[in-house]
Amino acid sequence: MIVYVARRVALAALVVAGVIILTFVIAHVVPGDPAATWAGPHASAAQVAAARRHLGLDRPPIVQLVSYFGGILTGNWGIAIHTHRPVLSDLAVAAPASLELVTAAMIIALVVAVPLGLVSARWPGRASDQVIRAGSILGVSMPIFWLALILQLVFTQRLHVLPVAGEYSPSLLFTHPLTRITGFSLIDAPLTGNWPMFGSILAHLVLPAVVIAAYPAGLIARMVRAQVLDTVGDAHVQMVRALGFPERAVFGRFAMKLAWNPVLAAIALVFGYSLVNTFLVEAIFDWPGLGSYATAAINTLDTPAILGVTLFIALVYVVVNLVVDIIQAAIDPRITLR
Amino acid sequence: MIEAPSTVPTAGARLPRGQRLRRGLAENPLMVAGGAVSVLILLVALLAPLLAPFPADAGSATHPFMVLRAPSAQHWFGTDNVGRDVYSRVLYGARISPLIALVVLVLACAIGVPLGIAAGFFGGWVDEAIMRVTDIFLAFPSLLLALALAEVLPPSLITLTIAIAVTWWPWYTRLIRGQAASVAGRPYVESCRALGISRTWIIFRHVLPNSITPLIVQVSLDVGGVILTVSALSFLGLGAQDPTPDWGLMVAEGQNYFMTAWWVVTFPGLAILVTAFAFTLLGDGLRDLMDPKRIFLR
Repeated sequence: MIVYVARRVALAALVVAGVIILTFVIAHVVPGDPAATWAGPHASAAQVAAARRHLGLDRPPIVQLVSYFGGILTGNWGIAIHTHRPVLSDLAVAAPASLELVTAAMIIALVVAVPLGLVSARWPGRASDQVIRAGSILGVSMPIFWLALILQLVFTQRLHVLPVAGEYSPSLLFTHPLTRITGFSLIDAPLTGNWPMFGSILAHLVLPAVVIAAYPAGLIARMVRAQVLDTVGDAHVQMVRALGFPERAVFGRFAMKLAWNPVLAAIALVFGYSLVNTFLVEAIFDWPGLGSYATAAINTLDTPAILGVTLFIALVYVVVNLVVDIIQAAIDPRITLR
Repeated sequence: MIEAPSTVPTAGARLPRGQRLRRGLAENPLMVAGGAVSVLILLVALLAPLLAPFPADAGSATHPFMVLRAPSAQHWFGTDNVGRDVYSRVLYGARISPLIALVVLVLACAIGVPLGIAAGFFGGWVDEAIMRVTDIFLAFPSLLLALALAEVLPPSLITLTIAIAVTWWPWYTRLIRGQAASVAGRPYVESCRALGISRTWIIFRHVLPNSITPLIVQVSLDVGGVILTVSALSFLGLGAQDPTPDWGLMVAEGQNYFMTAWWVVTFPGLAILVTAFAFTLLGDGLRDLMDPKRIFLR
């Protein structure tokens, strides 16, 4: 087990190093001349040369790579052009809101998709199965930025049941200001007993979370169906059935138990995927997370900020996958033998 | 009461091929529907100039007196913020994302398949090197890397195509590597080697044909995903530029007028959804038909 964990950590470290190199390549090799861009469109040749020296671009690429690496490791991720602040502190401010949003979406997806997957698997080929399968494929085929706009139109403009955008009602800023402790609004509000704020944040969270949940819900429903169908014919599940457990329990408790492991791995993957999907949704709902930050960075061609977000999400992705690998090995020790 | 054990339908493993196919199709109405709509979309793409009531509106035509009109008998999907017929633009849009998806997938296969074969067939350090690089690419969600690439390159459809292709190949490398490695270890390939048959011949005669079926399945499943990625990047302004009638771009452009003119966003977005849905249904059905046990994750 220890050997397995050590091996996984080493592999993850290797992947992280590779990811940093890749962002370096994108930042420094792909665009024409960062020095010319930095110096502006009317700079003279001497000014561009000075800019090149200033940015350290006159050094050999390998030296630049080493200093870039050092910067990333010591927390110097560059200065964002559109906020004039260090990228890393921008990310620290934006990340909690996105993590809350994606976590809420994952919870919605699981609550909706696991029962649907089980129903689908219990009566395969029936109308209910066809409808759920079509629905799950619809979920993964959804252009979520479009879904966001449609839901916004229907629920806020036509039905007036949910707030249009933002993280909470602006009026609460004066009556019940939020005290920041952890940076996670949904933790800070109850911690400080700020219930009106908590309620307002939840109401604002519903629409974006439902939109983000579309893809994971479709994926998880499909996975649960496939996994349960796969295990339900196995001897030990048949045994449970022979012992007289009701069909509900055979599917919900025994067949599903074996499905959790792959479903967990899928959740880890879609967690990262959904963090990227916030790029398409947060700006529409004015949710102050990584997605809004990335959208602002794209609109201002803010390369340091974009690469910072990219690197950050890739790191989250690697870490989440690592954690899930280790949890899976703890649940099912056979994995360590592969 | 105890029900009979429900198992995955095996699609009659010993039936003749034609009959098996027919039974497979009958068991999977979703795939048939998806296939039919996919064909329809391709027909629309081909015949767009004949079908569109206002072909000029697919370009930079402007009609200042027809701005943001609601859907009517003349303009089925209404008109956009410069008075262009949304219906015509949506029809022409069928020529853009699906075509880009095709090019992306061909490029991704052109990079991914040779690398996968090299890794799986030769093994050893070649395998290690290729697969570690693949792991790094797979550590990014593909939209993220495509976005970072598209951001630093000047926005255009060509940039978009390259950016997505660069992020898509590792999936095929991994898929093909698994296939190639399993074929390379089989006794008949061992005996080919013992007989002194050249590697090139073994690769083209045995390894490639054995890898092609799962590749086709995966590619057809990915069409929808690439279309969604294309529209997402266009929506963010990193792909097609006005007046290109790209669906993602049309949604982005309509966003500002959306609260008063719902049609400018609704119809192009619906086109993305229907296209991605149809191709994914088709791919999903093909997967069930060819190997029912695999589960794919993008």
